[in-house]
Amino acid sequence: MTDIYGWLQLAVFSALLIVLTKPVGLYLVRVLDADGKTFLDFLLKPLERILYGLFGIEPEKEQDWKEYAVSLLLFSLAGLILTYLILRLQNHLPLNPQGFGGVAQHLAFNTAASFTTNTNWQSYGGESTLSYFSQMVALASHNFFSAASGIAVAAALVRGIARQTSKTIGNFWVDLVRVNLYLLIPLCLLYAVFLVSQGVIDNFHPYAQAKTVEAAQLQHILGSSPTAQQAAIQDIAQGPVASQAAIKMLGTNGGGFMNANASHPYENPTPLSNFIQILSIFLIPSGLTYYLGRMVNNRRHGWAIWAAMFMLFAAGATACWWAEAAGNPRFTALGIDAAAGNMEGKELRFGIFDTALFATVTTDASCGAVNAMHDSFTPLGGLVPLFNIQLGEVVFGGVGAGLFGILIFVVLAIFLAGLMVGRTPEYLGKKIEAYDVKVSVLAVLTSCVTILVFAAGAAASAWGTSSLNNAGPHGLTEIIYAFSSAVGNNGSAFAGLNTDTVWWNTTMGVAMLVGRFFFMVFVLALAGNLAKKKIVASHGGSFPVAGMTFVLLLVGTIIIVGALTFLPALALGPIVEHFIMMNSTLLF
Amino acid sequence: MAIKSHALLNRDIISDAALSSLRKLNPRTLMKNPVMFVTEVGAVLTTAGLFFRPPTEPLGFGVQIALWLWFTVLFANFAEAMAEGRGKAQADSLRKTRTRTTANRVLALGSVEKIPAEMLRRGDVFVVSAGEIIPADGDIIEGVATVDESAITGESAPVIREAGGDRSAVTGGTRVLSDQIKAVVTANPGESFMDHMISLVEGAQRQKTPNEISLTILLSALTIIFLVVVLTLKLLGTYAGLSLSVTVLTALLVCLIPTTIGGLLSAIGIAGIDRMVQKNVLAMSGKAVEAAGDVDVLLLDKTGTITLGNRQATEFLPAPGVAVQELADAAQLASLADETPEGRSIVVLAKDFGLRGRSIAEMPHANFIAFSAHTRMSGVDVDGREIRKGAPDAIKAFTGNDFPPEVEEAVDKVSRSGGTSLVVAERQRVLGVVHLKDIVKGGLKDRFTRFRTMGIKTVMITGDNRITAETIAREAGVDDFLAEARPEDKLALIRKEQSLGHLVAMTGDGTNDAPALAQADVGVAMNTGTQAAKEAGNMVDLDSNPTKLIEVVEIGKQLLITRGALTTFSIANDVAKYFAIIPALLIGLYPMIAPLNIMKLASPHSAILSAVIFNALIIIALIPLALKGVSFRPLSASKLLRRNLLIYGLGGIIVPFAGIKLIDMIVIWLRLA
Repeated sequence: MTDIYGWLQLAVFSALLIVLTKPVGLYLVRVLDADGKTFLDFLLKPLERILYGLFGIEPEKEQDWKEYAVSLLLFSLAGLILTYLILRLQNHLPLNPQGFGGVAQHLAFNTAASFTTNTNWQSYGGESTLSYFSQMVALASHNFFSAASGIAVAAALVRGIARQTSKTIGNFWVDLVRVNLYLLIPLCLLYAVFLVSQGVIDNFHPYAQAKTVEAAQLQHILGSSPTAQQAAIQDIAQGPVASQAAIKMLGTNGGGFMNANASHPYENPTPLSNFIQILSIFLIPSGLTYYLGRMVNNRRHGWAIWAAMFMLFAAGATACWWAEAAGNPRFTALGIDAAAGNMEGKELRFGIFDTALFATVTTDASCGAVNAMHDSFTPLGGLVPLFNIQLGEVVFGGVGAGLFGILIFVVLAIFLAGLMVGRTPEYLGKKIEAYDVKVSVLAVLTSCVTILVFAAGAAASAWGTSSLNNAGPHGLTEIIYAFSSAVGNNGSAFAGLNTDTVWWNTTMGVAMLVGRFFFMVFVLALAGNLAKKKIVASHGGSFPVAGMTFVLLLVGTIIIVGALTFLPALALGPIVEHFIMMNSTLLF
Repeated sequence: MAIKSHALLNRDIISDAALSSLRKLNPRTLMKNPVMFVTEVGAVLTTAGLFFRPPTEPLGFGVQIALWLWFTVLFANFAEAMAEGRGKAQADSLRKTRTRTTANRVLALGSVEKIPAEMLRRGDVFVVSAGEIIPADGDIIEGVATVDESAITGESAPVIREAGGDRSAVTGGTRVLSDQIKAVVTANPGESFMDHMISLVEGAQRQKTPNEISLTILLSALTIIFLVVVLTLKLLGTYAGLSLSVTVLTALLVCLIPTTIGGLLSAIGIAGIDRMVQKNVLAMSGKAVEAAGDVDVLLLDKTGTITLGNRQATEFLPAPGVAVQELADAAQLASLADETPEGRSIVVLAKDFGLRGRSIAEMPHANFIAFSAHTRMSGVDVDGREIRKGAPDAIKAFTGNDFPPEVEEAVDKVSRSGGTSLVVAERQRVLGVVHLKDIVKGGLKDRFTRFRTMGIKTVMITGDNRITAETIAREAGVDDFLAEARPEDKLALIRKEQSLGHLVAMTGDGTNDAPALAQADVGVAMNTGTQAAKEAGNMVDLDSNPTKLIEVVEIGKQLLITRGALTTFSIANDVAKYFAIIPALLIGLYPMIAPLNIMKLASPHSAILSAVIFNALIIIALIPLALKGVSFRPLSASKLLRRNLLIYGLGGIIVPFAGIKLIDMIVIWLRLA
């Protein structure tokens, strides 16, 4: 925490985030309007028309919430099945220079669910399991589609809030096409070129082989034993990394090309690439808050949401940074310099602050890319990413998912506190009635209950605990983290847990699908119901949806709901582990 | 009035409520309240758990937890029973006023038969004479009578009821004091106003209001979440090697689910209707009370609401060559027999000019000419003088001459200032002008200003012309006015405001007000009004005081605020309960977490017991607040929100820390754990 460069970086990061929010938001307003004009129209408008013609989309025909939801679900189901088939059959498909075999059923299901839901949980090691074709066609395409679906649902909800006495909330297919065409693809092209400039690789080569220095030494000691032979040659994975890394960050997907994700030098080589990758996670989610303010004609409300997100982000980032910088007293007892903080599981080139910032941001959003091993964080340092996920990833959050997630909390916060201004609670002129409360609590309820039930089930069963590498509270944290990450569609792993088993792959796959699609359907139902309502006039008696009181109310609601739900579980995991670390006289 | 006078805590009500809270333990009744139902299941489980407790758990601890959980349910039942009890007491006092009456039913041929009142049916015609009780609700078709309606209004002054016009409704159970009337029955037995009133105050047909339904959904969802939290904690505990007993888990569950608001929710709703009744306003449903809180446009009739009923004389403006005293004298003479408030105010004002009060009795020869719609003048012929007062054009016709320019000017001046001119003349000679002015009720301006900060717009409705209306509107401080208003204009205005997204409240009494009363979101009908008006509105003001609309809105807001405040308080309480219970659960297995016990509670058992006791007692402690409602201040929404969040949100986090610690100290002192 005494690292002045850390504070400086935090300041620059925050400043850039503020500056970028408005232009991105303004661009989103155009992209998410079926008739919106963008500066890319001359290039992409013909392509957009061709796509509409090809798939029989009628862009002027809007959908009600049920049609919208059915389109979303059908599209996702088709993607899920297609991905499953590609993974199963990758040995019969092209671009497989390493000759990987077909992926096992449960792993293929888990992976297909994972990428369809924007989770990108990886029960496999990318470079040792999947062909280039699988990575690019089955997975990378989902990185675009799932990100676009999230943004589409957020746009549908915002339309529901902004419109009055309207039956429709937009057209899913139009949103899907336009977000990809005008937003994600052009941005990723630029971004990938930048990443290549930093040294991220992008090729179709077979894996390179290097003679290791250690092997030469080993050979010297052991002669030409099999161990020494094995250690002599190291495979160095290759592939189209930059193009995938771009969308994995921008689309808050998080699935690394490499198993080591953003801690791998080929995926995240320089401090600049690291900084921009972190910033790019928040880019679209932050812009979406401005989009909200613009669409509902209350820019202060958009900024109030942004401020609530930012407060939660800043609190998490500094808490994680503090915990990691404070280090582990048991390392200190071993004679390791306490000033270095807890460097276990971190890349030396990133250090404490860059790692803490990455971990916080990737779990604030539902990204899940990592540049360090969260498993090796101090108990409280690891609690931050875990709690971030459990709060529903509403701190900027996944692209689209963060906005619609926090808007669910907005509805709940307004309902809770709204009565206290002496009126039926209303959000931007829309009365919050039984139906709205019902779908909002169902959305929150489904996520919380799924995490707790699956995690507790795994912790109390042999199939759950037999995958653990660590016993005690730390092992429990690994289990809770895994299911929180799955339901929250984060995708980052605490690690220390072998999830490539039938039970784990299946339960995690189900958890991801429930966490994504149940939530989205409830959000769309809310959007549809809000769209139908009349807007009541706003005046001095209306609930204030901007300003400090509202921001604090929103932050308080998010924290209290999260804490009340997960505190008992967290107490048995990281919290107890922290006290054990602080009090134990044992070295290990 | 009988209804009004009852204390918040009355010995009879309390003992009845205590009994009724036992009856309410019936799970089938309790099922309607998911939070308390889960609590009752918890109480049963802990009681059963006494027989299956782990050896480490002392029996005394289990018994106490089980007892306090039963108390939690009983306290919640008690709160509801208290609220209902107050309504029942009112209903009983209403019932007492109903005695068996006989009705004089008029038969087809005009003959009258005596039958018991219960046999009257809608459409029957009955006759009531002085001294008799009106047997059923009805509309007068013939005659005028003075009626004592104190049974329902508590107002001892008799009121006049007459056929035709807006004063034609009579209520069953009230007494005719003079004359005889013939009326047609408008309500069958059991559906009368009195029956309706009794069942309303009794809460017999109470349905959940829209906000209550939404809140119940939220509370049920929280209950499910905490149920899952506690059940999964059992499994997670298994992983850690922590065995948690049924007693401990149930205690945790009941502490976490929102029992405070769950237990008080229906009491708050019943008390809201009750507070209306105390103001002598009968809300036809809880929904109407809630809607009153949402109202943001108030349509206020000028006469009676904003001004003191009628215009009053404030100034004499003599014609050239006439002394003020002479004008005052003539005006007084012309008004002696004029019993209208305007007439009386002229007599009063004239006294200020040194004229002694005169009475009609002193002037046996005087011939008083009453006001008629035809002549639009009134006056007196006495001692050869012919004095008239009336509207300027009427007097012009009477004198047959134009007014002197000074008088014309005075008439103009009066109308420009929003007043009304009465010209006084003796034969052909114009004496001058009496300035009649509307007197705005005191204190309204402040009240309207407060409404403005709360975002409520006030609109004055009047039949006056624009100039007059504007002057009074400015003086009263209303935001807008509707001049030269006809009943259909009122309806159109309501529709327009509603289409702009406003919720509108209004008062009315006449039959021609009925469509507007029905259209308004909150329509308060005056009890003196016609049956049609009463049926169209969703509230009836027994005092027939239109100003009360303002209080109605305040009560509605207070109801919603009370509900929101206690919900927030209830949920905020959970933070402290976690800090009490979680360390208590874990400390046996992980002694190093002792620093988490920030309240320094004595032992795990005392900590859990204290949290459970606090959880039960807080319901009892908050019953008075639930029944009385939180103190209401007219502030803007953001100020109100900040204030209530600080008191009930932040307070809700802090209070239980202190409360649980205190209870823990007592528990230890009494050696209960």
